[in-house]
Amino acid sequence: MILMATAPDETPDLTQHFGPHLAYTSGARLETGIEPDKLVKTHCCFCGQQCGIQLKVKDNQVIGFEPWEDFPFNRGMLCPKGVKRYLQGSHPDRLLTAYRRDPQAAGGFRPIPYDQAMTRVAAEIERIQSAYGPDAFAVLSGASLTTEKAYLMGKFARVCLKTSNIDYNGRLCMVSAAAANKKAFRIDRAANPWSDILTAEVVWISGANIAECAPITTNYVWQAREHGAKVIVVDPRITPVARTCDLFLPIKPGRDIALFNGILHLMIEHDWLDHDFIEQHTVGFEAVAEHVKQWTPKRTAEVTGITERAIRQAAEMWGRAKSSFLLHARGIEHHSHGVQNCLGAINLVLASGRIGREGCGYATITGQANGQGGREHGQKCDQLPGGRDLGNPEHRAHIAKVWGVEPEGLPQPGVDAYEIFRKVDRGEVRGLLSLCFNPKVSLPDNSFITRMLEKLEFFVAIDFFLNETAHHADIVLPGSLQEEDEGVVTQIEGRVIKINQAVDPPGEARQDWRIIQDLARALGRERGFTFTQPREIFEELRVASKGGVADYSGITYEKIERQGGVFWPCPSEDHPGTPRLFEPGSWNPVAKGAGPFYFPDGKARFNVAPYTPPAEDVDDEYPLILTTGRVVSHFLSGTQTRRIGPLVDQYPEPRIEMHPQLAAKLGISDGDWATAETQRGSCTLRAMVVTTIRPDTIFIPYHWPGKKSANQLTVSAQDPISKIPEYKVCAVRVKKAVESAELKVLSRK
Amino acid sequence: MEFFIDPNRCIGCQACVQACSECDTHKGHPMIHLEYVDRAHSVQTTPVVCMHCDQPTCAEVCPADAIKRTEDGVVQTARKPRCIACSNCVLACPFGVPKMKTELKLMMKCDLCYDRTSVGKRPMCATVCPSQALFFGTREQIELLRPRSTPTNRFQFGNQTITTKVNMMLPKVGQAEYLDVTSVMSEQASGKSISLNVLMDNLYQGEED
Repeated sequence: MILMATAPDETPDLTQHFGPHLAYTSGARLETGIEPDKLVKTHCCFCGQQCGIQLKVKDNQVIGFEPWEDFPFNRGMLCPKGVKRYLQGSHPDRLLTAYRRDPQAAGGFRPIPYDQAMTRVAAEIERIQSAYGPDAFAVLSGASLTTEKAYLMGKFARVCLKTSNIDYNGRLCMVSAAAANKKAFRIDRAANPWSDILTAEVVWISGANIAECAPITTNYVWQAREHGAKVIVVDPRITPVARTCDLFLPIKPGRDIALFNGILHLMIEHDWLDHDFIEQHTVGFEAVAEHVKQWTPKRTAEVTGITERAIRQAAEMWGRAKSSFLLHARGIEHHSHGVQNCLGAINLVLASGRIGREGCGYATITGQANGQGGREHGQKCDQLPGGRDLGNPEHRAHIAKVWGVEPEGLPQPGVDAYEIFRKVDRGEVRGLLSLCFNPKVSLPDNSFITRMLEKLEFFVAIDFFLNETAHHADIVLPGSLQEEDEGVVTQIEGRVIKINQAVDPPGEARQDWRIIQDLARALGRERGFTFTQPREIFEELRVASKGGVADYSGITYEKIERQGGVFWPCPSEDHPGTPRLFEPGSWNPVAKGAGPFYFPDGKARFNVAPYTPPAEDVDDEYPLILTTGRVVSHFLSGTQTRRIGPLVDQYPEPRIEMHPQLAAKLGISDGDWATAETQRGSCTLRAMVVTTIRPDTIFIPYHWPGKKSANQLTVSAQDPISKIPEYKVCAVRVKKAVESAELKVLSRK
Repeated sequence: MEFFIDPNRCIGCQACVQACSECDTHKGHPMIHLEYVDRAHSVQTTPVVCMHCDQPTCAEVCPADAIKRTEDGVVQTARKPRCIACSNCVLACPFGVPKMKTELKLMMKCDLCYDRTSVGKRPMCATVCPSQALFFGTREQIELLRPRSTPTNRFQFGNQTITTKVNMMLPKVGQAEYLDVTSVMSEQASGKSISLNVLMDNLYQGEED
């Protein structure tokens, strides 16, 4: 057995020094009638909806919020995370200096001067890259960063580090939908603004717990319903949006393609098709029609676990509609066949011809703050700014010119975030820089990730709190909170909006883009990394994106403010932006007028989406399905929300949701301890016994670390195209557990 | 502008509760009640703000005359020097609204964000509510936005008829003569049979007829 040098999580006073501590409203924030120095119009730091919010600032501290009722997307509406997000500022756990890992120091980390930390990081990068080659140093980045930061990280990896190994946490989030959108439309963006939901006759929601993960979208869906829209929800659980839908399809996790194919089968059988649209604007219908012949209602029912009657009803509702909006999210995307699931959904949209018009739409519900913008401008392993491809010689030449480097000098496409850790295992990656990513909590089978973090020769983390992954860092650099910087993000609809700075970073904390540039300078390669403000980065990004599919060249900070956001593509300054894609007669730089879609012939593609079972299906030993997801008061790996007292009080710890039929079989009552076990690990939590979940499925939310982490259980199988992990299905067994002293403590925490 | 509660739309997210505790008049203390009706069988939740009765029972039973109603019909939190923290109001309110803050020796309740609504702003909860289960606006707006529901402000508790400033939205189909609020209160609901078979109804469990 290899003895680890240190086991950071077991450092006794780590929590005492670095948290998570719970912040509550106190001090100046509790004083009533206090006059703020200013109200800063900006956006929420959490999900992809990017609700407009005004932050109240007093003495360089965010002391509260005021709704921003003029912002068109949310008109003042917020979820509990947005309401309490201000408590992440002035937080006791905030990193105010650089740190060096030192088991002898309090909390396991010793504060060191920033410059000293920089010198050490630069020396380690040099050492690792000269010993093992440039690719031995990898970069992990995030989709909660502004587009300027995401762009700069991509450029930093390719130009300064010359490593092909950069990827980002959008790999866990939007990549299946992105890949499917590119296959079907050759552009990856929500096809419509959310206002098109309001006039749809049918709203189809597959694998999206809208009320908890994109709460403001609820109002759009339900406003459509007020005016007569039928709402169809496909989910293994009765979520709050499913509760009042017109048709609920309790699908067995991992069987979404089967359902989409079965619905298309019925659309064809009843001739609920838009023949003109299929003929004029699509390619590949015949092959798909042939493929779905086998998906009779009977077979669809057997595979999906939904009754034939309900499937027929759904097909009729969808098939006969004159207008519709299909929405999906991680529920169908987090699969080893996530891309195929999304293609199955898109086939339904294309067969109906209901896209590119008012009330006729399709979109994935992007998860992270800048899930859209963060996946367009080059922090993805195979991508360059403007949605360009790193493997495409023309694209390489264009970007190399903007960056003032030789195209040959740019690295080739690298590998996805999970594969980077497998490269650590194989000794191909020896050093790591991470920003805005907490893989120890968020990646599947995370005991492997923990081992890999310890195996690294050198790990530097940039963050504002010491997240669980950063516990393993050799050097920690104090980065910035969203409200301490400015820049653009692109929200759920494809609307580019502006984050405005409310306060300055405290202590020696610095804006992340400055840290990246400091690092370039410490490495003696600062050329191209001498921006003095985010606006300058954005100006270069505009040029870099020009002519690409994700064209930002006509967007300015001023125009965003003037228009309440600008939808890309926006190819010139006098262009208003493009809220709705694929309108009849619309022009794009690929089709050049041949048609509304982004292929040279202007036509969309049907794609045969064959059904395959989940990578790990149930068996006698592990007879149940585990599916994971979110709760409304927490966000992703919980780095922020597990530090905000009122949000923790709202949902203090994960529970295992199970149906009473299953609970009775296992002898478990509501509130009992239960152990969920997979081939990878086990997790003991309290049971929540509810009739709102399929009896063959259990659900655990994934926001927690350590022994409460659902990702101890999940499988690291990935989609072969998108490389998204299969968070939504693996085989599990559950048994009743007895309360131990350790569990009691865990529970109290 | 009026307040409308539409429990049908509530998603239980607690944005209202979290936002309520941000209000300057009672910072740190949420005044909204948000309950699951019966979580074992449904995700249905119901939000309740003070209904602001025309003849407030809380004020009627207050021995210290601490609860005042403004000219524009807003029933306020107990006046601090007068409130004797006897909890009469808590026990008597048919909607279960007032909260006794023992640490402050004061009854506190929703005052319709008087600091906001009295200057033309919307209350905090109805502004942030992401599903607009809590809605603040004009009657014309609500009629336009909710054609399937109708507002009511008349409630029957046994022999007591109560009319309120705040409205409850009722489905137009199967409209009741009056709404008995106790039918959606959590302490009452456990005795009622709540049928939610949609999951099991649509669950394929083998060969169908």
